[in-house]
Amino acid sequence: MNQLQTIIYAIVLFPLLGSTIVGLWNKKISCRGAHWVTTIGVAISFVLSLYLCYQIVFAGVPTYNFNAYIWGGSGSYQFNIGFLLDNLSTTMLVVVNFVSLLVHIYSIGYMREDDGYQRFFSYISLFTFAMLMLVSANNFLQLYFGWEGVGLVSYLLIGFWFKKETANFGSLKAFIVNRVGDFGFILGIAAVFNYVGNVDYVSVFNIAPSLATQTMTVFPHTHWSVLTVICILLFIGAMGKSAQMPLHVWLPESMEGPTPISALIHAATMVTAGVYMVARMSPLYEFSEVALSVVLIVGATGALFTGILAIVQNDIKRVVAYSTLSQLGYMVAALGVSAYAAGIFHLFTHAFFKALLFLAAGSVIIAMHHEQDMRKMGNLRKYMPVTYVCFLIGALALAAIPPFAGFYSKDAIIEAIHHALIPGASYAYYCVLLGTFVTAFYIFRAFFLVFHTEERMDEHTRAGLRESTWVVWLPLVLLAIPSAIAGIFLVGTILYSPTGGLLGTSIFILPQNNVLASLAIDYHGPLLLALDSVFSLPCWLAVGGIFVAWLLYIKFPRAPAYFVEKFSLIYKVLLAKYGFDDFNQVVFARGSLKLAKVFFEVGDVKILDHDLVDGSGRFIAWCSANLRKLQSGYLYHYAFAMIIGVLVLLAWLLW
Amino acid sequence: MLFETILTYPATPEIFLLGMTCIVLLADLFIKQQEKKITYWLSQFALVGTAVLVLLLYNVPSTLLFNGSFIWDKTAALMQFAIVAINFFILIYAREYIRERKIPQGEYYLLSLFSVLGMLVLVSAYSLLTLYLGLELLSLPLYAMVALQRDSTECAEAAMKYFVTGALASGMLLYGLSMFYGATQSLNITEIAQVTSNLSSGQELMLIFGLVFIIAGVVFKLGAAPFHMWVPDVYQGAPTSVTLFVGTAPKIAALAMVVRLLIEGTPALVHQWQEVLILIAVLSIALGNVVAIVQSNLKRMLSYSAIAHVGYMSLGLLAATPDGYASALFYMLAYALMSLGAFGMLVLLSKSGAEVDKIGDLRGLNTRNPWLAFMLLLVMFSMAGIPPMVGFFAKLGVLEALIGAHMVWLATFALVFAIIGAYYYLNVVKVMYFEEPEIQYPIVNRPIINVAISVNCLMVLWLGMFPSGLIDLCRAAFAM
Repeated sequence: MNQLQTIIYAIVLFPLLGSTIVGLWNKKISCRGAHWVTTIGVAISFVLSLYLCYQIVFAGVPTYNFNAYIWGGSGSYQFNIGFLLDNLSTTMLVVVNFVSLLVHIYSIGYMREDDGYQRFFSYISLFTFAMLMLVSANNFLQLYFGWEGVGLVSYLLIGFWFKKETANFGSLKAFIVNRVGDFGFILGIAAVFNYVGNVDYVSVFNIAPSLATQTMTVFPHTHWSVLTVICILLFIGAMGKSAQMPLHVWLPESMEGPTPISALIHAATMVTAGVYMVARMSPLYEFSEVALSVVLIVGATGALFTGILAIVQNDIKRVVAYSTLSQLGYMVAALGVSAYAAGIFHLFTHAFFKALLFLAAGSVIIAMHHEQDMRKMGNLRKYMPVTYVCFLIGALALAAIPPFAGFYSKDAIIEAIHHALIPGASYAYYCVLLGTFVTAFYIFRAFFLVFHTEERMDEHTRAGLRESTWVVWLPLVLLAIPSAIAGIFLVGTILYSPTGGLLGTSIFILPQNNVLASLAIDYHGPLLLALDSVFSLPCWLAVGGIFVAWLLYIKFPRAPAYFVEKFSLIYKVLLAKYGFDDFNQVVFARGSLKLAKVFFEVGDVKILDHDLVDGSGRFIAWCSANLRKLQSGYLYHYAFAMIIGVLVLLAWLLW
Repeated sequence: MLFETILTYPATPEIFLLGMTCIVLLADLFIKQQEKKITYWLSQFALVGTAVLVLLLYNVPSTLLFNGSFIWDKTAALMQFAIVAINFFILIYAREYIRERKIPQGEYYLLSLFSVLGMLVLVSAYSLLTLYLGLELLSLPLYAMVALQRDSTECAEAAMKYFVTGALASGMLLYGLSMFYGATQSLNITEIAQVTSNLSSGQELMLIFGLVFIIAGVVFKLGAAPFHMWVPDVYQGAPTSVTLFVGTAPKIAALAMVVRLLIEGTPALVHQWQEVLILIAVLSIALGNVVAIVQSNLKRMLSYSAIAHVGYMSLGLLAATPDGYASALFYMLAYALMSLGAFGMLVLLSKSGAEVDKIGDLRGLNTRNPWLAFMLLLVMFSMAGIPPMVGFFAKLGVLEALIGAHMVWLATFALVFAIIGAYYYLNVVKVMYFEEPEIQYPIVNRPIINVAISVNCLMVLWLGMFPSGLIDLCRAAFAM
């Protein structure tokens, strides 16, 4: 076994080991034991993945693809457990492990004195394991394993406080909505298997160009390109996991889970699995313009419209949650114009600044004794300076103000869409452009409401306000650093490197689609890029957003109420989140309940249970009760029966 | 030299058993009531000796003795060994029971030995006369054994019913044999087989007539519908120790009768007896399984289950292929083993006057004696045909043979009723494990008995997990 194999085994198995130890012996192990075991497991995994990433990306070790063992076989088909170690997967390993490690540390403080302390740590380590399996897989089956694994842990963690009604509702909603996406995903994998006869990435990618010309009939009298169908089905899976419209409804509800979970799973890692998957499948998507167009339009729509929703939210976590939806929209839109590197780059920077925002929000929430309503906060900068600064950095990064990390990635996305020629690109461009204004507005609205303005909390809460402990603020600081500067250092290598950059050959782009390459011509270094942007539209829109937020919430605090009254209809539509939830609730939830009731009462209870199951039982019992009467107990009956028997047999034979 | 001749002479087991039985008979006359254990040990010695002789003879090639009226072949060897081994266990189980109930012990041992001798003769019989001789030697001690508990009216009633219907069946068999003799001018199975293979139509009618009567007599002994009426009454009425005897080894001997008379004697009439056996199998399976459901008496339930099992066994016979015969033999041996375990368990549980014969009596057996409950669970699962017990492979074998003979409809029918049958077996398990016991005191047995029943029931599991050895032996018995 060579060194890389050993390392990747260790990377994925240490978190699993920690999770298993804490999970199986959670009654026996102390709280300290629980967080030490899991945190050390993830820390080892993080260090190893740094080393692995260094080896693959910088030291020039070639892409390493191997099968560990045969998981199962059937006939001539064979399913392997294997790993693909290339630039994309190893960088993802680093991001996942980095955020996971910080969340582990942060949770030591955040989850203190929670009854489910050990259970919590077991879950997040298990999540880390599943996510690592997802990103390092070399075949669709293992990808699906990781995909479902993170989905399961997400469900468990959203419903972590399972005694809370809303938490249960949220976890179920997340699970069910993801079922819809996963159904498309598994259909996509099945289609791949059907047409390729194999689920290994390499063989699928090799055959992709020929799939584009094949057609299949999904509905009678239609001929669709096989590749387009596969790509769209896979993307439906990504829409579920990465919360794209209209499957985004579960993400705001997922905020019922503990805040570290919102940071780890529902901002930095799991929800980006869809983005990662599409980037990984770039050799497929490149050959289907229809699929790319769908991806672009879905992403851009989400980027703008979910962002608008964040404006009317009053719960600090929900603002951040909606902003996640919006940012995921940006990433997906980038994929749609074949700017995979930009999408992945935004995934990285977003992982840092969104985890930062969530953890900072969490810090605020602890200080406020689990009060999340921003209308009851105000002027917290006086009490929590570290959190204040960190949140500000996160907000600036999110708003894409140069030179913070978010600026570089988002600017690249907007420019790529601007240059793209794919159908829907102009619509998408206006969406993402307006989105920058909206983004800056809502995040600074939250920032001003929480950290500036007058203090609106009650006396008791105010007395308890103080900066959080070091295990809480240390991860904030560690995340604030990359949020501020990661863009400057990475933008060149990831996006505009002539050699293909950080992602190297992991991503495949057809020459005519390569918008980033055309952008690279105008690239002269990160600082110049930042300076140039002063004259660009997106930057002015972002600054404008911040300014408007300042006007409305600091300068004229009574203005928002006025606008709410004036545009009450729009306000109501936004509060109702465009009616997605109500629609789902009425049509799908109640509709399927009614349908289920019909099937249950008629199909199950009446026909199956009463008539078929119980009915056959009753029939046999009836036969039994009657047939036993044949055994009268009289000897002459017995003798008679024997003679009749002989006669019957004779007749039977001689007839 | 002489010793070697004795050891290779195929009738040695029967002769040894006869001799030993006479010794036991004489000895028992002079043994005091308190010293009956000597009779017991002598009887067991007779059985073990016979078994050893059968084993030593196993590799002797097929031979005909006494002018072709006695055969030694692999079928005979396997069946004889099974019969003797089963009786060894029966005597272990029954000893305590008959002593406590004041059933005459010497007579019990003796009659069973004579009956076993009859079985051995029957299994090896190759002429109509020896066959009938064996059958009567097997049956007559049984009638007496059922009536052995003289103070019980139930036993007397059961014995009476058994005797009268048995006599009738015996008469039918004899009538059928006489027609065979009339049609073929021979008593010898080899010759009958030869004559029947080229027949004129007038002779054939006579043979078919005879065949029906013969089948009636044989099926009576097997206890299959429509000649099953005695089975529930005798099983229930007889003392459990005797039911144990009636319900196990004689079935194997009866199967030998089918093998000799139908398979080896009249292969030319295969279509006729196949038809009859289909009817008998269908009736037995349906009636046995359905009526067993309403029984509250465990012995009676097991009797109906026996009817159903014989039905399943005959499925293998009527497939009329060597594989089918082998599967039928396997089924019979497996059933005898399961039945031995089930009735043996009833005998063990019936302690000091408290007869265990209702299903309700098993309530909460698990809390009273978990090991015995588990053993009975194995047997019940096996009877229901649940893998990995031997009962599963027995059913699998006959169904495979049926499908091989293109009788899928019959296999389907058999499966449906196997599912219905599972109900009452699993009901016993439910009662043992999920209901509260009425009597609390635990069940204590002598260690030797516990070992015996454990070996018995674990065999059910063992043969289910590793059935190939026994299957090979059964195949060898019908290798053509």
